[in-house]
Amino acid sequence: MRCRKCGESAALELRRHNAAFCVPHFTEFFRKQVREAIHHYRMFTPDETVMVAVSGGKDSLALWDVLIEEGYPTVGLYLDLGIFDYSRESREKCEAFAAARRQRLLIERVDAAIGAPIPEVQKATRRPTCSACGLSKRYLMNRAALTHGFVVVATGHNLDDEAATLFGSVMHWQTDALSRQSPALASTHPKLVRRVKPLYRLSELETAAFAFLRGIDYIVEECPFAAGATSLAHKEALNRLEAASPGVKHNFLFGFLEKARPAFERGQDVQLTECASCGQVTTGEICAFCKLADQVKRRSTPLTRSSGDPSQ
Amino acid sequence: MKVILRYPKREVEIAGRRRVTDLLKELEVLPETVLVIRGSELLTGDAVVGDEDVIELRPVISGGGWEGRP
Ligand code: SF4
Ligand SMILES: [Zn+2]
Ligand SMILES: [Zn+2]
Repeated sequence: MRCRKCGESAALELRRHNAAFCVPHFTEFFRKQVREAIHHYRMFTPDETVMVAVSGGKDSLALWDVLIEEGYPTVGLYLDLGIFDYSRESREKCEAFAAARRQRLLIERVDAAIGAPIPEVQKATRRPTCSACGLSKRYLMNRAALTHGFVVVATGHNLDDEAATLFGSVMHWQTDALSRQSPALASTHPKLVRRVKPLYRLSELETAAFAFLRGIDYIVEECPFAAGATSLAHKEALNRLEAASPGVKHNFLFGFLEKARPAFERGQDVQLTECASCGQVTTGEICAFCKLADQVKRRSTPLTRSSGDPSQ
Repeated sequence: MKVILRYPKREVEIAGRRRVTDLLKELEVLPETVLVIRGSELLTGDAVVGDEDVIELRPVISGGGWEGRP
């Protein structure tokens, strides 16, 4: 297979674009897609420092790599979820990445904020692990950005993540989720930072290929809680459709963003207030994170005592 | 050839030459869900691999709840 641009031997075939690229032309294509995303949604300006939420995986590290290369001032944020070897290893990958590129990396420990590491939260609250984890991550990202004075947080969500989320929301007609799904969410309250997803135009295959070809040492192992997640079932369904007709994932997501999303947005008019407990933004009186942390604290105290050495 | 697969990490031995596309079909792996890695290079579906090769099929799909990343 030959590169569409130069005719050299291709490293990657992109069926949805009906194209194949050599290594230099693929990385050029990749960066162009990120530039296009930033430009189209006016995600941030060259003088805003972007806080990049990094997990140690291919997407977030590929994103950080592109933003650094494009000359944006960045700072990394790693959320230590306390998930056994997975967290330890992914943290090491982020630290090594940041050190090699002389970038600043902030680290927040989830257990310090919530009262227990993520694997314990489910036992204390019966809330599904990924749901508690996602809630905590969004909360802590926002809080960290505010504390350190950054106005925008970028995450590594790619086209497949976004298509799978959309698929899940459509399956259950979660109209509030549909109105919120966007590659860029503006700040609608002084205590809510802007959130952007500069990789939304790139597929999972493309972000993995980019990370590999750039020599980024990312964590290939999955979080142990990922197995069996509904988002994976949705991704698999979409990948089967994609194999049969390349481009359907792209059309599904982009069609929504261009044609359908505005209709869902109109119905949304929520009142934002500040949480009576922590001061972060919420729609109720006490925010979801504080409720979760409160449940953990009340339920886990006796557990911790009976399980012996708390440092284990 | 030696093929390295993940989740769980394992190796399978496969004899004979074939195109990457056919190898994926045999192993029931959907194209575009893995990187096909040989040493420091990525292979496209039409590349031919043979007995002396070590091929890694590295999944590109990341999981996580609908709240997924980071
Ligand atoms: S798979 Fe679930 S528990 Fe693991 S990091 Fe993702 S959201 Fe958190
Ligand atoms: Zn080329
Ligand atoms: Zn709160």
